[in-house]
Order: sequence, then structure tokens, then C-alpha cells
Amino acid sequence: MKGLLDQQFENGGVIITKVDDLLNWSRLSSLFPMTFGLACCAIEFMSTGSTVYDMDRFGMVPRATPRQSDVMIVSGTVTFKMADRIKQLYEQMSEPRYVISMGSCSNCGGPYWQHGYHVVKGVDRIIPVDVYVPGCPPRPEALIGGILKLHEKIRNESRVKPTAIEQLLEKESHVG
Amino acid sequence: MSDRKAELLSLIRQVTSEEVIEIPNSTPFGVVVKQEALLSLCDQLHKNPASYFDMLSCITGVDNGPESGTMEVIYHVYSIPFNYSLALKVLLPRENPEVESVVSIWKSANWLEREVYDMFGIGFKNHPDLRRILMPADWKGYPLRKDYKHEEYYRGVKIEY
Repeated sequence: MKGLLDQQFENGGVIITKVDDLLNWSRLSSLFPMTFGLACCAIEFMSTGSTVYDMDRFGMVPRATPRQSDVMIVSGTVTFKMADRIKQLYEQMSEPRYVISMGSCSNCGGPYWQHGYHVVKGVDRIIPVDVYVPGCPPRPEALIGGILKLHEKIRNESRVKPTAIEQLLEKESHVG
Repeated sequence: MSDRKAELLSLIRQVTSEEVIEIPNSTPFGVVVKQEALLSLCDQLHKNPASYFDMLSCITGVDNGPESGTMEVIYHVYSIPFNYSLALKVLLPRENPEVESVVSIWKSANWLEREVYDMFGIGFKNHPDLRRILMPADWKGYPLRKDYKHEEYYRGVKIEY
């Protein structure tokens, strides 16, 4: 009895796919998050990496340096004192890079939105964010949900120059 | 405990020549001390084998607001051998508040005084390293003052929600 892959590929040894699909698939299958946490959300982030939730099944292994990381999970309250450091860490990451904003604090300031003179009201005021995960703190399931959302986003990326607008403009000019 | 309280009160009265005001219903037992008498009193309470306050647990700042025009610094000291706590309160003017540092007596005062300075802008004379401890070094204003208004931007990032 042979396995599925053997049955499917034994005759040709060739797989036909789009470059986009291949690159996207490889990219999203090994998103290395950066090892860092800011507050209580970091505990849930650590829990996500534990055996119960097993972040490794998505190919996610925390890296200790921004140079080797693909995704930055901003897990916790972003203070003004920390903001510069986060921005610097983000800039040190090599492209393509993604950011998951985890929890209410980094989404919008959370419980500190009114009187938190020291809190940045949303990490998107410093760095661009791809996925927002709500919760205070979000459970590991919610963070995994956010990771899957990011997968979805990466899966639809394309290296081809977008042409939809040009096509539309051309159509318009023909009509006019 | 009450005889211990009386003992301490008489000891404090011996050191400070002025009248010492007892804070009513205070837990732990506390007194209001004149700003000038603070350092010598702390030194005595620390050194004297009868009081032996060998630990400074906490320094708190209080802003009573612009109407009252006063600020307070409260020292919580603790004696490990006697298992006894004492609070010392100093009243300061709201304009340019300054008090003598107690770092020379308790090393732990270093960071505690820096925190009070950071939040309330209360100066500590003869502090070895008086600078902000929690807020960024270039932060404007003292956040826990009653009339504190934050800036609109900090390093180009909007502060308001």
C-alpha cells in the first residue's frame, strides 16, 4: 500500500502550479514570529506555543531576532517609551514582514484609552498592522484565528502587477 | 501595641523640637513632620536601637490639588526586629516642592524618590541620581499632578485617543 503522495505523483514527478501559489504557500507555512511580549497578552502568546495549542503545527517557531522573523505579534500594551523600540524592531525585520496586533491594548489602547497618558492608542499609529485580534487578552484560539486570517491574506498575495484599474480605465476610455 | 506607639511618639518628640502632630485613625500609626526635621528624625529612627526602623517600605507622593496648594510625601518605614510600621508625612508647598533625600539612610529610597519625582515633580535634595524612572526622559510634565494636561503629540505620535 502506497501513500497518497506516491499514488498521485509516481508517474510524472512533476507538479504544475503557479509561482504565486507556490511562494505564498511556502511563505504562509513557515511564519516565524518574533520572540517578544509586552504585557499579559504575551502569556497567552506563550500558551499558544505550548503543547496544548501547538503553534508549531503551523510551522511557527519563535525566533529571537527580528532579522529571522516574518511576523511580529504585538502582544500587549504599547507605551510611548516602548513605541520607539517596537518601531526599530519592525524596521529591522526583513521583508516580507507582517504584523499581528494582539489584544485590545495594541488594537486601540484598550482600558487605557481615556486616562492612559502613557499608552499609544493603537500600535497602528507607529507601524502598519495586517491582522487585529480582539480580546483582553485573547485566548490562544483567538490568536490562532488571527494567524489563520493572516494565512488567508498571504494566500491571496500576488507578485504580478495589479491590472484591474488599468483595464477599467481602458474600458472607460473606449466607452467615452 | 499602644505602649509602643507612645514610646515612639516620645522618641520623635525628643528628636524634633517642634510639636509633632499625630495623624488620626492612621494605619500604620503616623505623624506629620516638618520638612526641615525629616532627615535628622529619619536618621535617629534608623540608628536608635529602641526604634530600629531598618527598612523603608514605600514613599508615596500626594497632590492635594491647586485649591489647597499643598503636596505631601509619605514615608512608610518598618522595623524588622520590632515588627512595627510607622508613617511619616511631610507637607510641601505646591510651588517648587522640595524635600531632603533619605538615600543616605535607606538605599531603597533611591528609586522610590525617583518615582515620586517622575510622577509629581517633587525634588529631592542631595539625591545621587534624580531623573525620571518610569516615563521617557524627554517627557513633559508630571502625570499624577491634579492639573496635569498631556501634550498633543509625543515624538510625532498623537497621545489623545
